[in-house]
Amino acid sequence: MNPLDVGQVLEALARQFADLDLRPAPLLAREVSGEKQICLRVPADRLVEVMRFLYDDGRCRFDQLADLTCIDYLDYSGAVDRFAVTYCLVSTEIGHRLWVKCPANDPAPEVPSVTSIWKGADWPEREVWDLFGIRFADHPDLRRIMTWEGFESHPLRKDYPLRGRGEREQFERVSRETA
Amino acid sequence: MSMSPSTADSVPFTPASYAPAEPGGDLWTLNLGPQHPACHTTLRHVVELDGERIVSCVVHIGYLHSGFEKQGEHLNYDQYVTIVDRMNYVSPIANNVAWHHTCEKLFDIEITPRCKVIRTIVAELARIQDHLLCVGAAALDLGALTAFLYGFNEREAIHDILEDLCGSRFHTSYTRIGGAVCDISDRWPQMIRDFCRQVPSAINDLERLLNKNRIFVERTRGIGFVSKEDAISWSLTGPVARASGVRRDLRKDEPYLCFADNWDGKGSSPVDFKVPVADMGDCYGRYLVRLEELKQSLTIIELLVENIPPGPINVGPADKMTLPDKSEVYSSIEGVIHHFEKVMTNRGFAPPAGEVYGAHETPNGELGFYLVSDGSNTPYRARCRPPCFMNYQCFPDLIVGHQISDVIAILGSMNIIAAELDR
Repeated sequence: MNPLDVGQVLEALARQFADLDLRPAPLLAREVSGEKQICLRVPADRLVEVMRFLYDDGRCRFDQLADLTCIDYLDYSGAVDRFAVTYCLVSTEIGHRLWVKCPANDPAPEVPSVTSIWKGADWPEREVWDLFGIRFADHPDLRRIMTWEGFESHPLRKDYPLRGRGEREQFERVSRETA
Repeated sequence: MSMSPSTADSVPFTPASYAPAEPGGDLWTLNLGPQHPACHTTLRHVVELDGERIVSCVVHIGYLHSGFEKQGEHLNYDQYVTIVDRMNYVSPIANNVAWHHTCEKLFDIEITPRCKVIRTIVAELARIQDHLLCVGAAALDLGALTAFLYGFNEREAIHDILEDLCGSRFHTSYTRIGGAVCDISDRWPQMIRDFCRQVPSAINDLERLLNKNRIFVERTRGIGFVSKEDAISWSLTGPVARASGVRRDLRKDEPYLCFADNWDGKGSSPVDFKVPVADMGDCYGRYLVRLEELKQSLTIIELLVENIPPGPINVGPADKMTLPDKSEVYSSIEGVIHHFEKVMTNRGFAPPAGEVYGAHETPNGELGFYLVSDGSNTPYRARCRPPCFMNYQCFPDLIVGHQISDVIAILGSMNIIAAELDR
């Protein structure tokens, strides 16, 4: 059996979550050098439940969160939801990977935090909050991480210009006299 | 020096002995960083101290955030390699290789066997480059300047090899879609052979200087312990995870380049090497794993440098993915057209729309890129999964209960590169 094959995982999921439309599909239409990178869609209200199953179940054993990021599909053709928080799960035992996307939309995008399952979700979730403005419910310490507290924009959003909105020019200047 | 290795092994680690102080005592707060000579890069730790023992630690990062991922959405797939260089600047060429590996997954390009071998060699050189600095700097922070210089001597030799390869000693920007910016020179393999001959003595020097050095061992044994379960849960990868007993190395588990079976299309077997794993989980274990990886990388390079296949380094011009050879541009009309088609922003090639994730085992762990393409010639999203960022988040957990001087020991053993951390 190819260790990268997640057929078993999908079967287990389909049985457990028969009521959910998970829509497993490859990330890229064609197979990538022999490995199929499969991605699921999970709505925010069921995310923690599905993730917990993926973590616990013997056929899944996704014990590590390899990556957590977000994509802003603002002007992407054919996209339905604006944001997709994207999780890359990996099993250090079995060796397979699975991607999970959780949609989020304006005006107040929010998805539940998975820090209760994987400790490693801590900083990536803070990064997504900082750069995309997606709140993670139940995150223990949701502060900005790359930019500073008091910064108001979320720079990786597609409607944020490359050169910024003049924040840099508006910094308060501290001279030797006023310091 | 009277200490035998068995004594070193018996230095006990008992978490209870490092238990935090009673609350309500006289605590004081220390701001370590963002500019501190022992922190190497721009990191800031706010530590709460009871005497010299750390009660809590809050890490502030982002001082070097420069929007690499935002820039990735405005530069094309070849241009972005110059930004990728600046991520882990201790071993830039490994980032180049990982970036274009992901691009080629998206474009569905199978690079030539010659290119695979050269990329594998330079990626392993990068591992040596990175580990030499990390091991040397870890010792430097604990007061052993000599080890740092031993490491830097050999790094200098690697810079010479890279200069001969692509003209740049440091920020190489060597790879291109479907190949590399130029082929190797005739003397390059010999430079590598010479390098492989001289490095073992440097590693030997490092080992004799540090492995049984009482100061070094006592400052690193039992310091910054991570259990296997924690290492997995905290998303640790690379030598830091392997020092905690996690048997995972993408070169074996998700093989790529010359680590894959039948990589040259003629039935070649994967390059043979071993993945060192330690179960100590402390700074000393991480040091030992890095030392062993140095030796393994050397054997990989020694094997491959004798078997660089002949043939072109770039994929053929037919798919118009790579820039044509300069001699062709200057001497034929097809070459000129091809060159212009490639460099004009409104022409060029169209990648398939879709998403792809590609990851390499870089010196610090899993360096992954998540690419979203909308069919234009710049990525729609160029996410980088930086190993440092994921590795560093467990730091407050590791440091509580230790002494203030252990901050430096643990930082050194985790090899945090702030440019990659903050991007």
